[in-house]
Amino acid sequence: MTSLEFLLASGIGWVTACGIWLLLRGRTFPVVLGLTLLGYAVNVFIFAMGRLWSGVPPILAGGSAVADPLPQALVLTAIVIGFATTGFVIELALRSHHESGTDQVDGRPEAARRDGEGAA
Amino acid sequence: MNHLPVLPVLLPVLTAVLLLLIGDHGGDARGGHGHRKLRWARALSVGSALAGLLIAARLVAFADGGELLVYRLGDWPAPFGIVLVVDRLSALLLLLTACVALPVLWYAAGGWDAHGRHFHALFHFQLMGLNGAFVTGDLFNLFVFFEVLLIASYVLLLHGQGRERYRAGVHYVVLNLAASALFLVGVALIYAFTGTLNFADLALRVPRVSGAEAGVLQAAALVLLVVFGFKAALVPLALWLPATYAAASAPVAALFAIMTKVGVYAIVRVHGVVFGDSGGASALVVQPLLLPLLLPLALATCALGVTGALAAHSLPRLVAWLTVASVGTILAAIGLFGVAAWGAALYYLAHSTLVIAGLFLLAELVAAQRGDAGGRLEPASPVAQPALLGTLLLLAAASNAGLPPLPGFIGKLMILEASSSHPWAAAVWSVVLLAGFFTLVGLARAGSILFWHTRADAPGSASGASPRLVAATVALLGAGVAMSVFAAPLQRYTLDAARQLGDRAAYARAVLPETGGERAVTTRPYRVTPPRTPPPTPQEVPR
Repeated sequence: MTSLEFLLASGIGWVTACGIWLLLRGRTFPVVLGLTLLGYAVNVFIFAMGRLWSGVPPILAGGSAVADPLPQALVLTAIVIGFATTGFVIELALRSHHESGTDQVDGRPEAARRDGEGAA
Repeated sequence: MNHLPVLPVLLPVLTAVLLLLIGDHGGDARGGHGHRKLRWARALSVGSALAGLLIAARLVAFADGGELLVYRLGDWPAPFGIVLVVDRLSALLLLLTACVALPVLWYAAGGWDAHGRHFHALFHFQLMGLNGAFVTGDLFNLFVFFEVLLIASYVLLLHGQGRERYRAGVHYVVLNLAASALFLVGVALIYAFTGTLNFADLALRVPRVSGAEAGVLQAAALVLLVVFGFKAALVPLALWLPATYAAASAPVAALFAIMTKVGVYAIVRVHGVVFGDSGGASALVVQPLLLPLLLPLALATCALGVTGALAAHSLPRLVAWLTVASVGTILAAIGLFGVAAWGAALYYLAHSTLVIAGLFLLAELVAAQRGDAGGRLEPASPVAQPALLGTLLLLAAASNAGLPPLPGFIGKLMILEASSSHPWAAAVWSVVLLAGFFTLVGLARAGSILFWHTRADAPGSASGASPRLVAATVALLGAGVAMSVFAAPLQRYTLDAARQLGDRAAYARAVLPETGGERAVTTRPYRVTPPRTPPPTPQEVPR
């Protein structure tokens, strides 16, 4: 059981790190991907905060152990909100691209060009 | 059951849905002004805001009796179901929101609402989020209502469109989404070690957590401080605010004046009350961590705000920096952690919100009469109504800077008095007084450029502002000034509110009556570590 917890914890940590790295990029598309990854990591994190159980129902049934149903309910809410905001931020990024003519987060094309050269 | 506490949430959401059903003018900005649907939407929207004001006033009258209004959604008992709680602080902030919303809507109905789609519906969704955040009795719903108000604010910020708004909008949305992720991390950590998210239950449970778990809980509280500090624009998380607020259209920026106060409210509610010093030999007190942290950061915020105001090159940006400075002053008083200081903070919070909302509207009135120069602080054509606008700016500047007999002076005096016995008194006095002085310098500089450095050759605007726009601005600034006239009852109310916040036992008794009030021991069947005492129910036994 310890190994499962280690696996989950390091997985959440790795996805969070990737999310933050992408979040710090200069272009809107990686930033949106970063936000999405961060959202995934947080959702799994909330789920894990109910502790890890296997083969246990999330319902009080006389005598048996119970998995905590509340984090599962919380994570559903968080997923819905995260989905909606991701949809919005993608649309916003596209619209911002149309308005400023660049997909750079600051709306400055020269910074985007430098960033692109650095990556290439 | 008294259904009053749920109305501040229900009324805006029902209004918003109705407004969506009415529809709008189809994004036709030019011809939309006198559109039939828009006229209907305006009537409904302003009517609903007026009803909201009456409900909030009623709630303040109720709360002033000292009784906590608790509303159980679905009538589920407290730590398991969702509760809404209205105490003096919540009622005060509901009333403040309604007082800002009504004139701002009236102002927006003067033409801004035709510059984009669904302005009124989004405005009411934002009101729902604001009101919900103020009345909710648990941490997760605080998150949900934060998201509601943020999603509405993302779209409202872009209202009117334009390149600058999209640029500021991308920053604002991305930063807020990252902050929301942090919020969830904090909430999940708190749930993991307390097994509850209800404020009353948490306040009882947090002191019982000990050892390594207490350390994680402290970390969770600080994660939440980062989130709320970001919303409130606390240094070093304040730099997003000026560009965002300056880019927003005037009525939206005026409404946003209350959004920073949601962050302040959350800090007071969560860090001040739930994680606050609960007396006795509690194992975990966040105060030792928070006490040395909040006050210096707040003073730095105040200093940064006035520095920015001095350096601002346009009037909206100057007002946005003053928002930062006012948040700094409020949080400095919160950081003093005392009944008198909190009472002063609440009084100053109400005043500064009204004045800053009024200043955002006034900034646009001035900018509209200066031809191409707009709100930029550079010589331009003279404004059409120098006496009216100049007097309003003078009034707002004097109140914001804290000149007697205006309420800004009373608020700051209360804060200074409350800090006099604090070890940091010298720092608080010098920062607050210097901030007031530099606010005055900044606004005097802006005013003299705007009204006196005129160029005769520049083309000006011939007509003055419409009476409706002026009336809305005067209403906001007048409400701010009226706080001076009613200073004694207001001060008594805010002091009572601060005293009520300290009374955790009464809060627990009101919210958790079935489970034993402040001695409530709600069952936690989901712990992994076996309890030391024999478990009362078989469910407590882990695998």
